[in-house]
Amino acid sequence: MSLVVHSFPVLMMGAGKTLQITALAVAIGIILGLTGGLCRLSKGRFLRFLGTCYVDFFRGTPLLVQILIVYFGLPEILRNIQDHLAAAYGFPVIFHNIPVFVAAVISCSLNSGAYIAEIFRAAVQSIDKGQMEAARSLGMTHAQAMRYVILPQAFKWAIPPLGNEFIAMMKDTSLLSVIGFEELLRRGQLIVGETYQAFAIFLEVAFIYLVMTLAFSRLVDYLERRLRTGD
Amino acid sequence: MKKHLSRVLAVGVLLAVLLAAAGCGSQPANQSAQSGSQGPQTITVASDTTYAPFEFQDKNTGNYVGFDIDLMNAIGKVNNWQIKWRSMNFDGIIPALQSSSVDAAISAMTIKPERAKVVNFSIPYYQSGQSIMVLKSNNAIKGWNDLKGKKIGVQLATTGADLAAKVPGGKVTTYDNISDAFMALENGNIDAVVNDYPVNAYYIVQGHNDVQLVGGLQTTEFYGIAVPKDKPAILAKINSALVTLKNNGQFAQIYQKWFGKQPPDFLPGQPPANQ
Repeated sequence: MSLVVHSFPVLMMGAGKTLQITALAVAIGIILGLTGGLCRLSKGRFLRFLGTCYVDFFRGTPLLVQILIVYFGLPEILRNIQDHLAAAYGFPVIFHNIPVFVAAVISCSLNSGAYIAEIFRAAVQSIDKGQMEAARSLGMTHAQAMRYVILPQAFKWAIPPLGNEFIAMMKDTSLLSVIGFEELLRRGQLIVGETYQAFAIFLEVAFIYLVMTLAFSRLVDYLERRLRTGD
Repeated sequence: MKKHLSRVLAVGVLLAVLLAAAGCGSQPANQSAQSGSQGPQTITVASDTTYAPFEFQDKNTGNYVGFDIDLMNAIGKVNNWQIKWRSMNFDGIIPALQSSSVDAAISAMTIKPERAKVVNFSIPYYQSGQSIMVLKSNNAIKGWNDLKGKKIGVQLATTGADLAAKVPGGKVTTYDNISDAFMALENGNIDAVVNDYPVNAYYIVQGHNDVQLVGGLQTTEFYGIAVPKDKPAILAKINSALVTLKNNGQFAQIYQKWFGKQPPDFLPGQPPANQ
């Protein structure tokens, strides 16, 4: 029992990292997702193709594999390219490594962005066609109608699934433990590696995740209710 | 609100039941190893099979090979056991033994007091020590004292991790597998890897010419086969088989095959007192 108490501050350091990386990943993911979602809705065939490729790849492959590619694979390729450029054209050597934190942000936000793109696409498509038609007949361009009429309404529809995405990402960041990123699960594993009290520590880790996810799902419920009354 | 309350209650009850179950102490249902005198017993053995030359996957056949694998298979033959390998991350091995979900583990595991408190160890079968691996282009790290304040990569729950944790100001990154630490070193994410000497040396022999070992050996450690506390019969049979293999020369053969030299005279067995 005393171990559970003593390890709590260390685990909370990990939980802080978990929240930090989740917030960053979802924030960048929203930008990527908005871009990706609009690409998927675009009339341009090439943009639509790009958006589809992005969403299909990052939703269709495991996040764990994406993390391993970014942290272990990408530096190898970048170094090879750089060596080649340096040898052939005398380019300066700029790239040295991808720090684990950066790799964590890149892989998680790319993954999150793909899911968020689908959230935005669905939200925009759920807005009645008449809204766009009405905006266009007022003389707005397609872009203006999107910006001032469709997206503000779509955002409201997107908030509950965005909240779910945040919660899902919070749990998925535990996969970052494999690249040695010291988030909540890794902190727990490090303590188990020293004390061999697997059950108590992992249960404590699970409980901290549970408290965080419950808190956020309550927050999402609250936001959803607030927005509904505003209808 | 009522709905929330009942959900919180349900979670609370679940946690209480789990904790109570843990308090009772686990009585594993796995009796296969102890009972059954008919036919060969099946013994489940855990190993972190990413640790060449002790245990790794042959990339052509997919079979597990290595010094530990050969040794355990030889022990199995002596005892008429059928060995069933269970590959897992190193940090999962002790918990798996504690819960008796495996019958034994052979994974280049150093016998140390913290581990011996929760599992039983066979007599030592290999003498090892910690060494530092750096990139050849790294001129800043020549020995153990140069690790201060440097970025050190280790494997989770290993004696290398124990040692790195003692380096003043060392920034330690912990990887699941030692191969991940080697990759991180080559990728420039860390300055040095602290790990068992024979594994570091084997990595270099495999054609990784851009890295080198510096600073010599830091510790003297002995590997043992780990067995759950509640399976003394298996431990006794492993120990007697190790002695048999020593006496009939098979141990020396396996050792020669993987390390290209004869084992120290006392292995497998306790080291002489002056060590």
